[in-house]
Parts: sequence; C-alpha cells; structure tokens
Amino acid sequence: MRFVDEYRDPVAARALVDRITELAGDRHFKFMEVCGGHTHTIYRHGIEHVLPPSVELVHGPGCPVCVIPMGRIDDAISVARAPGVVFTTFGDMMRVPGSSGNLLEAKASGADVRFVYSPLDALRIARETPDRHVVFFAVGFETTAPSTAITLLRARAEGLTNFSVLCNHVTIVPPIKAILESPGLRLDGFLGPGHVSTVIGQRPYRFVPQVYGKPLVTAGFEPLDILQAIAMLLAQIAEGRCCVENQYTRCVREEGNPKALEVLAEVFELRPHFEWRGLGFISQSALRLRDAFADFDAEKRFELPGVRVADPKACQCGEVLKGVIKPWECKVFGTACTPETPIGTCMVSSEGACAAYYNFGRLHREVAVSLGRAAS
Amino acid sequence: MCLGIPAELVEIVDPDRHLAKANVAGVRRTVNIGLLVDEGVGPGDWVLIHVGFAMSKIDEDEARRAMEGLQLMGRAYTDEVAAIAASRIG
Repeated sequence: MRFVDEYRDPVAARALVDRITELAGDRHFKFMEVCGGHTHTIYRHGIEHVLPPSVELVHGPGCPVCVIPMGRIDDAISVARAPGVVFTTFGDMMRVPGSSGNLLEAKASGADVRFVYSPLDALRIARETPDRHVVFFAVGFETTAPSTAITLLRARAEGLTNFSVLCNHVTIVPPIKAILESPGLRLDGFLGPGHVSTVIGQRPYRFVPQVYGKPLVTAGFEPLDILQAIAMLLAQIAEGRCCVENQYTRCVREEGNPKALEVLAEVFELRPHFEWRGLGFISQSALRLRDAFADFDAEKRFELPGVRVADPKACQCGEVLKGVIKPWECKVFGTACTPETPIGTCMVSSEGACAAYYNFGRLHREVAVSLGRAAS
Repeated sequence: MCLGIPAELVEIVDPDRHLAKANVAGVRRTVNIGLLVDEGVGPGDWVLIHVGFAMSKIDEDEARRAMEGLQLMGRAYTDEVAAIAASRIG
C-alpha cells in the first residue's frame, strides 16, 4: 500500500482498492485502458501495484502519436522538403521515426519544419508569410480534430491560399472494435477515454456492451478516477449488468460536444480505410478533408510517396498497442529502444505505453518487487 | 498534444472569431472558445484547453485538481507549457 499514501486522498484510494479486491474475488480480470493519458497516470502513480493480482490492466491504442504508421511520416518529410514549404507540427511528432529519419532530422538538413502549439499558430504563420506555403501536420483523435476543423473554416473565411493540412486524424471507435475482433485477446471490459468522450459523448460506445457483451466506463485522469472506474466495471460484472457508464461526469456529457461534432461533420469525411501502426488497415477509422476543402488538402496539393513501410523487425509496438505484450516484454525495450533513441512510436510520445513505463513504471515495479509484492 | 490544460478565461477579445484571453499555466495567451459558444462561457469561467481550443467547461476545484495532476507528469507537462508560452494565436 505504499503508493496509495501518495494519492491526493489516500483514505478514498484505500477504500477503492478494498472494494476492487472484494468485487474481484478469486477471478482474474483483464481491463483495457484505451487512452494514452490513462496509461500515463497508471504508470506514473503505480496503479498496477496497488491493484490486487486478480485485476490486470492492458494498454490500448489510444495514443495518436503511437499509431501513426511509418509511411505517413515519410509522406510528411516529403512535403516538408518541397520547395517553398513551411511545415508545422506538434512537438510530439518531431522525433517519430520514418523509414529514413524523422522530422527533426529533416529540419537539421534544411527543411523549414517548425513546431507549433495549435493549428491556429500554423494559420498565423500562413498569414504572416504569404510568399510561402504553410502545411499543418494534423494528428490526433476526436479531441484535436475539431481544432483542425475550426482552423480550416477560419482559413477559408479569410481566403488564405497558402495554407493546407496533411490530415492524419483518427477515430477511437474502429480500433476498439478491431481489438474486440482480434483473436486471442480476452478482455473483461474497457476504461473509456476521457477527453475524446468530451467530444463524442457516450453513445458511440454502446456497441461494446450491446454487440460484444463487455462493459465500458469512461474515466478521468486522476489515480482515484482510474480506481473508481475499475470498481464500476467490476460492480457491473458482479451485478450481472453490462453497459456504458460515465465516471468522468465532471467533463463528459452523454451527448458530447454538439458544436464540435458539427464542425467535424462539416469539414471531414471518413476515409474508406487507414493504416494503423500495429493494427494494420482498419475500415472507416480516419478522417480526410471533404471535397469542399480540397484547396486546403495537402494530399491533393503535393505528390506524396504514399508507400507502406513495414515496422522494424525488432520493434514490437504492434503487440504493445494491442495489449498482447507489456512494454518490458519487448526485445528492444530499454536497450536499443529508449526515449532518447526510439525505434518504435510507443517510446516516442510521453503517453506511449513504453515511454510511460520507461520513465515511471520501472521504478514502481522495482520498489514493488523489493517490498515483496508480486509485480505484474 | 493530448493534455488538457486548465485555463481561466479573462477577457473576450474577438467575439466574431471566438477568441479570448486566458490565464494558462502561468502565462496569458489567446485561446479559441468557439466549441463552447453554446454554453456561454465568459470571463471568470474555467475551461480545459487542448491545442489552443477550450474543449470543456470545468469548475475551479476541478481546474486545481487537474493542474496538480499535470504538474506530476514531468516533461510531458513542461514541454506543453513551453509550447503554450510560444503560442501566438491571433
């Protein structure tokens, strides 16, 4: 119980752990947290080690940096190297490896790559440098996609002709479905993503209990949120219920954010299929710009290599993203692949399971072992 | 990129473009509140900011708790704060 003492409300944390232990009983439960933010919290606070051995957490594909396939990074680098281009990106994407280098290296070799906090910062650069074409590398789930949509609506309203978006936005429901369909992975339920759900609400998850018979509880990002959501999942199972519940009512509403859904529908449409790192091609799992925004679509403005690149053989990100193996079970974890020299995407983003475990989880695991507790 | 950072709205600076000044992680920056227009947010309200956009309205207590959690995140949080400090949305 050492770690529980570090929680904001140790008494509440202890009570939740007791409740989880009681509800789990002698059975073994495996729950997947879909969101990278949850993975980070779980490792940062050693949640795996306060849980009873009967409850196992499996890390899912909800880190948008981690699921970008190498071929898309190659496309990005190709656009960044085109004459007259200012290529803008979130800082998280700079070190994601493509087949021959990353955006940071492209910048070092002369490409004008700039990292921005917001797509609106990229828009401002376009306004201020009318003689250059500014491309924004759009990445993220439904949390960030509305921001790109509003930025595109703004660009069109202002009549900007030197701004476009290389769109890699993905949607959360198809990979959950892909995981539920994947053979050999037995899950007892899901911790639903918090921030994504502020946009899409709770309804899109209903198929999880209805079609697949698994409960889903949307959770917040504090350790107590995670523990409470796990207790809610176990309570559903114990009571013979199976539904979508919301632990994160402080931010998530049943209907989501209607305004955000409206701008998403206006600007984007579903791609027929999109490649996910580790999960392969998933139908209707990503967004592209509608034809009405073709002038702002970097895929239409630039010749992209569009080549599918296989992951390095040594890298097991795919198995980590599907929850088949834990980060430390990967052959190159912590040796050839570290946050400073990542081979796989899960080690690049701080919300990737491997980076989160490398930075925090190892220590908790070592302490847990030294305290004589079973390390998962 | 995925972090939700609590911010206190200070002033609406451009109602047509839904831009507001906000106190975010110790700096005052412009953010877009267009996704919350239907909720009628204004000065004094707390919101969670994602990549320069207010995504959800929260109360002050939630803002404080979220900030405590973020500060424990280490580099992921400090990188985000550095990016916010460099932001020049306008």
